[in-house]
Amino acid sequence: MKGRVLERAVHGAFLALGLVTVGCVLLITVYLIVSGLPAIREIGLWEFLFGDTWASTAAEPKFGILPFLLTSVYGMAGAMVIGVPVGFFTAVYLSKAAPKPVKTVVEHMVSLLAGIPSVVYGLVGMLVLVPWVRSTFHVPDGAGLLVAILVLAVMILPSIIKVSVTALEAVPREYEDGSLALGATAAETWFRVSVPAAKSGIAAAVVLGVGRAIGEATAVMMVAGNAPNLPGLFQSVRFLTTAIVSEMAYSGGLQRQALFSIALVLYLFILLINATLNFFLKRDKEG
Amino acid sequence: MNPILTSHDLCLWYGQTQALKNISLDIPERSITALIGPSGCGKSTFLKTLNRMNDLIPGVKITGEVRYRGEDIYAPGQDVSALRREVGMVFQKPNPFPMSIYDNVAYGPRTHRVKGRAKLDEIVEQALRGAAIWDEVKDRLRKNALGLSGGQQQRLCIARALAVEPKVLLMDEPTSALDPISTSRVEELALELKERYTIVIVTHNMQQALRISDRTAFFLLGELVEAGATEDVFSQPRDKRTEDYITGRFG
Repeated sequence: MKGRVLERAVHGAFLALGLVTVGCVLLITVYLIVSGLPAIREIGLWEFLFGDTWASTAAEPKFGILPFLLTSVYGMAGAMVIGVPVGFFTAVYLSKAAPKPVKTVVEHMVSLLAGIPSVVYGLVGMLVLVPWVRSTFHVPDGAGLLVAILVLAVMILPSIIKVSVTALEAVPREYEDGSLALGATAAETWFRVSVPAAKSGIAAAVVLGVGRAIGEATAVMMVAGNAPNLPGLFQSVRFLTTAIVSEMAYSGGLQRQALFSIALVLYLFILLINATLNFFLKRDKEG
Repeated sequence: MNPILTSHDLCLWYGQTQALKNISLDIPERSITALIGPSGCGKSTFLKTLNRMNDLIPGVKITGEVRYRGEDIYAPGQDVSALRREVGMVFQKPNPFPMSIYDNVAYGPRTHRVKGRAKLDEIVEQALRGAAIWDEVKDRLRKNALGLSGGQQQRLCIARALAVEPKVLLMDEPTSALDPISTSRVEELALELKERYTIVIVTHNMQQALRISDRTAFFLLGELVEAGATEDVFSQPRDKRTEDYITGRFG
């Protein structure tokens, strides 16, 4: 009898703890919708999403977030173009080809890379990459989209590598033996049997990388120049994330509400990415 | 009959453990050779030395020689891929790739640079007919192979092996994961295939060896105890240990 009461209490406690997470998500969602919608209503959805000028403190303020949207999308896409191939081939090498000691060392490094705070990425980007871009491409200021892309590309590597390696290592040995027994070489086997068999997991890895790239603020803030321009490779730009960070401290009125609207847009992006991720993971489970 | 594969004084170690001891065996062309013996006797290990699948296991050391058509397959500089193309393999557990039935069979030819839809279509049909599974799958070639039954999967794996036109087919207990009906279909298939291919089959099932094989080799504790025509090995074994095994006294 006493045991059952205790059992119930424990169940209740765990349920409550679980509900804390759910509660947080719901709270944030509701809060973002409530505080993000008024500005969009006032500015107009079209004008807000596709207006190409952000002049929040002008005498006649304009709140078009197209520059931020495009910058975030281009920045993410650029980081993918560099980070996905590097991460993918690293994962194939680590899971299939690397000798044990090399694999151990590289995997430790990758974990370390994942643990480096984003402000450190920003710092290195600022002190190394920005001057490098300035002198290599002879532009007045190196800070801009290109450096942000390079920094993001490195930042997404750990998630792409780790999740891909896990997926590739889960490919049953029998598939690979079957391929080798048909006279395929090791490399043919990796790319024509192992990779297709792990494709859902690898897709999930890429999506995780996308999420990381879209959500990153600190590091890109330090290297992107932070002016609300439409994106160009050497243009000083602002991302959705950095747009919020850079003005929140001194904002007020409609400007402040518009920042919340940007957060809402960002949140929807992340929701979309998570839905994509779940789609791939679910497909993986169903085989 | 001419031996297509011969092993001479073949020894194999897994690290410190010797798994094969001085195996000398001739495999005649276009016949079925059965390798029998209790678990752990080395019969599967020996089979895998014939297409060098043991190379993939770390810590394996091999001495002695295996010759395919007179050529030492372990000589330095031998093209292992070319060897495996000639000496195909079917595994104990059916292992179709997680792709369509068509792509499974076309995998080998594509790997060996066969191009063109018409040519591939022809090879796939031939191979599937050869493995006696064409009628069952011809209407769903684009469906995932993992949806087939175990017996169908195993015949698909045989088709996949046939599609690269091997001369020898190594079968590692190909029916041990199958039901009796699927087993008899695979056995019938093996009997058909020996008209054109050389088959080496590992089996723990002595009835199976008796039913389908021309020659039988009995392994025990890494040694080749006895090899000869199947009727002779089963009806008048020369070695006491063979007799004990086939009469069911151990194993």
